[in-house]
Amino acid sequence: MSRTFGFAKRNIRRSPFQAIAASMVMFLTFFALLVFMLLATGSQMILKYYESKPQVIAFFKDGTTQADVTAIQNALSRETKVVGIKFVSKEDALKIYKERNKNDPALLELVTANILPSSLEISTQTPQDLPSIAEILKQEPVIEEVIVPEDVVATLTSATKVIRIVGSAVVGFLILFAILVILMVIGFKIRLRRDEIEIMKLIGASSSFIRTPFVLEGIFYGLVGAVSSWIVVYIIIWYFTPFWQGYLNEVKLLPVNPLFMLILLSAAAIASILIGTLGSVGAVRRYLRI
Amino acid sequence: MIKFEAVTKKFGNLLALDDINLEVKQGEFVFLVGPSGAGKSTLLRILTKEVSPTSGKVFLSHIDITKIPDRDVPKYRRKIGFVFQDFKLLDDRTVFENVALTLEVLGRSEDEIKKGVEHVLKLVEIWDKRNLFPKQLSGGEAQRTAIARAIVGKPDILLADEPTGDLDPKTAWGVIQLLNEINTWGTTILMATHNAEIVNTLKRRVIILKNGKITKDSKEGKYE
Repeated sequence: MSRTFGFAKRNIRRSPFQAIAASMVMFLTFFALLVFMLLATGSQMILKYYESKPQVIAFFKDGTTQADVTAIQNALSRETKVVGIKFVSKEDALKIYKERNKNDPALLELVTANILPSSLEISTQTPQDLPSIAEILKQEPVIEEVIVPEDVVATLTSATKVIRIVGSAVVGFLILFAILVILMVIGFKIRLRRDEIEIMKLIGASSSFIRTPFVLEGIFYGLVGAVSSWIVVYIIIWYFTPFWQGYLNEVKLLPVNPLFMLILLSAAAIASILIGTLGSVGAVRRYLRI
Repeated sequence: MIKFEAVTKKFGNLLALDDINLEVKQGEFVFLVGPSGAGKSTLLRILTKEVSPTSGKVFLSHIDITKIPDRDVPKYRRKIGFVFQDFKLLDDRTVFENVALTLEVLGRSEDEIKKGVEHVLKLVEIWDKRNLFPKQLSGGEAQRTAIARAIVGKPDILLADEPTGDLDPKTAWGVIQLLNEINTWGTTILMATHNAEIVNTLKRRVIILKNGKITKDSKEGKYE
């Protein structure tokens, strides 16, 4: 087997430009594949987070008195659907704001408690209970705005769906493209080494002895593309984590779990082996009839 | 050892071999002579199983090679060594690596390959050229490399198709003397050639082919 690897290594070294081109195409394919997989997983996790926290947020108008707030709290506590009510004062809102933007002093300079609204966070038993509670709150004159995560969930659901459909189409196309590129590169190499193959056949080389190095070469291009794109994707995630964390707030998506990244690497490696094998076996069958 | 029984080979309408009956015993040195297109190379290519006869049977050590299935052809070819007019060496491999290829194909260990190649390169007197590439060799050295590659696996038969065709007379003689020596070890040699001087000097069995037919088969023949 080491001899077969040696033959494959020699094949790759003899035409470095083709090797680089094939590896780059595989890199692009797997880069897109990993990005779409991460987007799909990320959006799914955000969706689950919102689904698991059925909550309505009602922001009060300026000038709302404590008596108004207490009256609404009392009214809501009589509703069986409500499992929790939390009042967030202007001061609490400022604290939250400061915590979220602690790394950006420019955003903190001009903000005071006065310009932030106080609010009520009402948790319900199920996400289905949210609209009716939101309706009750909207009728209160002291309430400025009601945010129902149901809208967020609906937006996220459709976004996730789009990511999945577009991602699958793009990745499917790129996989097909990568298989064809491997097929072409290996096919070209087989044609280039026709004389050598002829000599090997005449001295009694078995078909597997001749074919296997070409198949290994295809797998090598796939693996190089998969591993290098994984490294680049990981570096990008690592670099932008502090920036993205600001947007994600309480959704514990980042920093990304290293175990998840390792699973992703394994999946990419398996996919690359499959793509490399399919492309090179196709080339060997098409151009190397022994 | 080798037996052709009523072998005919047609390429479309072209009759390359016409009812060939021939027997070669183990250890014989046989010259196949005749004009271009007489069928010499076709006869050798049938033995290598590069082409199959249109009709007839071909035996090697009592095995009908026309019935060998495709998957067993590599195994069969390992019994045969080939030498070609254009050497057919791999340009990106050194002399040592070209010869080693045969043993790699045979699945020998690294140690066996090293010893086997060294032995055979010393035998054909190009051990000092082992690290050179084919393009750095003279015609005679290239043909010696090809012969070394052909015999390193200790084949039963050595087929040579115009092995001296591209060589000057002095170098050609060196190659022939080498083949003659290999024959003395018991290797059967079938050599297609146009070189009358070699055929007439060596006084070995000569089979003359014309238009795909054997016109003469003499034990100590001459080039006609």
